[in-house]
Amino acid sequence: MISRRQAILTGLTSAGALLLSGCLKKAPPTYGNILRMGDDLTYMAQRGLLSQRAMAMEYQKSDITSFPVTDIGDAADPASKNAYSKDYQQLQQNNYKDFALSVEGCVAKPRKYSVDDLKKLGARTQITRHTCEEGWSAIAEWTGVPLSAVLKDAGILQTARFVCFYGFDKYGESIDMLDAFHPQTILAHTMNGEDLPARNGAPLRLRVETQLGYKNVKFLQRIVVTDKFTDPGPDIKSGWSWYTGI
Amino acid sequence: MPIPDQNMIKSQSPSIGAIAHKRWVKGAHFIITLSFVALTISGYVILMSHPRLYWGKAGNDLTPALFELPISRNYHHNGWAQSIPFKNLNGGQVSAARTYDIFNKNGWGRSSHFLAAWFLVITGIVYFIAGFFSGHFRNNLAPRRSEFRLKLLWRDFAAHFRRQTHNTGKYGLLQKVTYLFVIFFLFPVVILTGFTMSPAITASYPFLLKMFFGHQSARTIHFFAAALLLLFLLVHVVMIARSGFKRNIWAITFGR
Repeated sequence: MISRRQAILTGLTSAGALLLSGCLKKAPPTYGNILRMGDDLTYMAQRGLLSQRAMAMEYQKSDITSFPVTDIGDAADPASKNAYSKDYQQLQQNNYKDFALSVEGCVAKPRKYSVDDLKKLGARTQITRHTCEEGWSAIAEWTGVPLSAVLKDAGILQTARFVCFYGFDKYGESIDMLDAFHPQTILAHTMNGEDLPARNGAPLRLRVETQLGYKNVKFLQRIVVTDKFTDPGPDIKSGWSWYTGI
Repeated sequence: MPIPDQNMIKSQSPSIGAIAHKRWVKGAHFIITLSFVALTISGYVILMSHPRLYWGKAGNDLTPALFELPISRNYHHNGWAQSIPFKNLNGGQVSAARTYDIFNKNGWGRSSHFLAAWFLVITGIVYFIAGFFSGHFRNNLAPRRSEFRLKLLWRDFAAHFRRQTHNTGKYGLLQKVTYLFVIFFLFPVVILTGFTMSPAITASYPFLLKMFFGHQSARTIHFFAAALLLLFLLVHVVMIARSGFKRNIWAITFGR
C-alpha cells in the first residue's frame, strides 16, 4: 500500500526530474560535472522562484567603502603575464582617446561605440554592493549606460539568448537575457564620481548587480550577442560556476 | 491517563532502551547529517579564502575587520600595492591592488557547498512538514507541561555535569530543548543568513539584509551559527557514545 506521504514524495521527485530534463536542454553545459548540475539547479530555481525585475539594494553615499582590486592582472603592465595586452597599453598611454567598444553577433547593426557615443544613449547612477566569491564586499557609486540601451541601439535580434563580454585582459564572461536587460546592468565609465580608474577597469567595465563580482568584466573590449551558450572566459572551464546569483 | 506515544515506543531486544524512530525520521537524519558534514568541510574551505569577518553592510581587506582567523596562508598576508584614494570622496576611501597569490578553492568549494545545501534544504522542508503533521514535534520534542519545572531542569543539568546518562526510550528535557533550538533556530538562521549573501535572492527579498544587519553581518552570523551547529554535532556524538553508541546508531539508521 502506498501511503500519502510516499505519494507526495514520489510526486515531488518526479516533478523535479521533469523540471530538470525540461530545462537542461536550454541551460549552459555542465561539462559532465556533478557540481555543474547543482549550479544549473540553482540557476533554474532562482530564475523560476525569484522576481527577475527585482532591484539589488542601493545604498547611501555615506555607505561607500574602500575597494580592493583583485583581478587576474594589470592589462597595461607587460610584467603581468596573463592579463597584458599591447593594444590596451597603447590605449592607456593615449588616455583611451582611441577606445571603441565593439558590439557584434546577433545584432542588426554591429558597430563600434566610443565612450561618448555610449554616453549619448543614456546614463544610470547607482550605489551598489560588489560581492566577491572570496567572501568580501565593497560599496561604490557607478555611472554608466544601461546595457539594454546599447543592445537596443545595435538592433538586438529575436534569436539572441546570451551576451558575452570580452576584456582586454583576456578575461570574459557571459550572461543571459534576463540579466542583460536588468535595469541595473550597466556599462560603467564613472566610479565614485571620477572617470573609471585604471585598475578598476578603465575605460569601461560591466556591472551586473544581481550576480557575484567575477561576472563584472573590466577593461571591456568587445560584446558579442549569441544565440547559444558561449563561454568567453577562463573561469567556467576551470571549474567555476557560470551563474553566480547565489 | 497518559496517551501511548506512537512515534516513540520502547522497542524490544536487540536494542532495549533505545528509541524506535520512524523511517522518515531516520531517512531525514541520514541525509541531513551527510549534507551538514559536506557543508562544514566546503564552508571551511570557503572561509579559508577570506578568513576575515566583519560587521555591517560591506567589508574587505581595506576596511577594519571584526576578527581574523589564522586558518590559511591568506591570514594577515599584507600583499597589497600602494593605496590610491578616490579623489571625489571625502571619507578616506581608497583602492589598492592585491599583489599576493591567495589560497582560493572556491570554484569547487562554493559549488559543492550549494549542492549540499540543496539536499539539506529540501530534506529540511520535507522534515518540517512531516514533523508537524505526524505529531513528531508535538509528541516527541515539545516538553510536556509536567516537565516545565526548574527542579527537573536543574536535575537534568546536574546529571549532564556528572556525565550520567540514562536511556529511557524518551528524550530528556535538556535534550528536547537542545533539539528544538537546533531545529527551529540554528538551522533556519544558518540557511537564511546563507540566502542573505546571495545577490539575486536579496534583490527579491531585501528584508533579509535588514534582518541580519547587512551582507557582512549575515556572513558573520552564518559563521557563528555554523560553529554552534558543529558544537552541537560534537556534543551529540559524545552523548550518543556515552549512552550506548552501537544501540543508538542502530536505532537511527537500520534498526526498527
